[in-house]
Amino acid sequence: MSVRTKIFSAMEQIAEEQKVTLPPLQDNLSLNETGFDSLAFAILVARLEDELGVDPFTIAEDAAFPSTLGEFVRAYENVPA
Amino acid sequence: MFPPDSIALRHYLGQGPKDRTISDARHSVSLTDIVEFSCLAGRCCDLSGRSVLIATSRQLLSALAMIELDGVARRMLLCPPDLDWERLQALVEQAGIDTIVTDRPLSGSRAGKYTVIGIDLPDRRATRRTVDHATEWLMLTSGTSGLPKIVRHTLDGLAGAIIAEGPARYGDATWATFYDIRRYGGLQIFLRAVLGGGSMVLSEPGEAIAVHVARLRAGGVSHISGTPSHWRKLLMSGATANFSPRYIRLSGEIADQAVLDGLAQAFPHASIGHAYASTEAGVGFSVDDGREGFPAHLIGRNRDGVEMKVVEGSLRIRSKRTARAYVGADAPPLADEEGFVDTGDIVELRGERYHFVGRRGGIINIGGLKVHPEEVEAVINRHACVQMSRARSRRSPITGAIVVADVILTAGTDEKCHETIRAEILTQCKDSLAAWKVPAVIRFVERLEVTAAGKLARTDA
Repeated sequence: MSVRTKIFSAMEQIAEEQKVTLPPLQDNLSLNETGFDSLAFAILVARLEDELGVDPFTIAEDAAFPSTLGEFVRAYENVPA
Repeated sequence: MFPPDSIALRHYLGQGPKDRTISDARHSVSLTDIVEFSCLAGRCCDLSGRSVLIATSRQLLSALAMIELDGVARRMLLCPPDLDWERLQALVEQAGIDTIVTDRPLSGSRAGKYTVIGIDLPDRRATRRTVDHATEWLMLTSGTSGLPKIVRHTLDGLAGAIIAEGPARYGDATWATFYDIRRYGGLQIFLRAVLGGGSMVLSEPGEAIAVHVARLRAGGVSHISGTPSHWRKLLMSGATANFSPRYIRLSGEIADQAVLDGLAQAFPHASIGHAYASTEAGVGFSVDDGREGFPAHLIGRNRDGVEMKVVEGSLRIRSKRTARAYVGADAPPLADEEGFVDTGDIVELRGERYHFVGRRGGIINIGGLKVHPEEVEAVINRHACVQMSRARSRRSPITGAIVVADVILTAGTDEKCHETIRAEILTQCKDSLAAWKVPAVIRFVERLEVTAAGKLARTDA
């Protein structure tokens, strides 16, 4: 499973738990439009860290939090293995 | 200094049945005729007015030393087993100790300026002793980080709750506790045995639960106490069969409904009570109705000499059972100006009952919203497949922290059910807790660490 697929599947799981209806997941989707609040993103980042072994937003000191879903996915894809 | 009406511990030994004993895994000592013996090679007279550290390898020897020294020494500091010498030395300085009673060899440099008196099982006739001191009982707090604080109690204060209940009520009891008797919770049980005319079976460090329970059964233990963590471990062990105490007591941590129900199921014939006590605040109250929390009417009234109030969410207690003071040069005041001890335990009124939600210092801050790990655990523990759980803080780049939970499932839970159980626990949490208190991640683990004081280890607290 690709990183992208894992991220999408974790988001769908959290959306179901949080009773959030996700719009179609596309790269240009603004994170604001996902319906996720900061708590949902905190949960997502924690679970992805457990699954992928990395938290790109804590590693890089000056990492700006992404604004689109595409940027969010790339933050995980670009972490050196 | 010389209170004529002061009653020393050993005066209680003539009461009750004639076959009273105190035992550990290796020895059983008669409590009935111990007054005529000495465990200090008859040197008890030398200890009159001294400030004594009792540092023994076995609880049994500490018990005998307490009996022999109460009313004789100026003060005695009870040393729990898990203290290293460096930390102990700092505490000994603070407490102004001049004499060490121990069964361990002390090298010259360590013995130094102290008089060292050896202790062993009682075998020599004691010289007649008189009670000439109201001995101060010094105990250490059970905090996990840094140097513990020393608190000063009197026997009257320590025994306050026992006297209020009428000690004779337990005349035929054989007591046991999972605690070490050199800690407050364990000492309460030791005093119940001595004051009430009963016997006692001591715990043994490192002893397997099944072996311990076999010893409790063989010793005829009828009354037994421990922390909820101790009890969860016992329930998990499956070693409860054929053990049927009449009285089960929980203290030292929050007794949630799940552990109370679990005990009621495992011990259908026992009466089950949970007590609120701490080394500093003494015994506040005990609750025997099988429900978590305590009735709201206990607050604001003077009941058996105990007054309680809730200020800024935390329980405050004023009574003669609280410790008298912290000991040491820079010791902070133990009570406020009105004599109330702030327990640091946060309570919440729900209907007619107060519930404990956690420690003030243990709060997790999630983007400014607060949660006590204990309130999350109480909800998780309600799931039928959960034996024990620990909620803790995990750093988050988004909210600063989030709640995660480590969960031990009951033995024999099929791994195939893990995902279903995880979803059920989450649903349960969502139904009873605010969104930020619901664990972001639930991990199933084999074990959770319990501290030497019998409490769930909270490294992030």
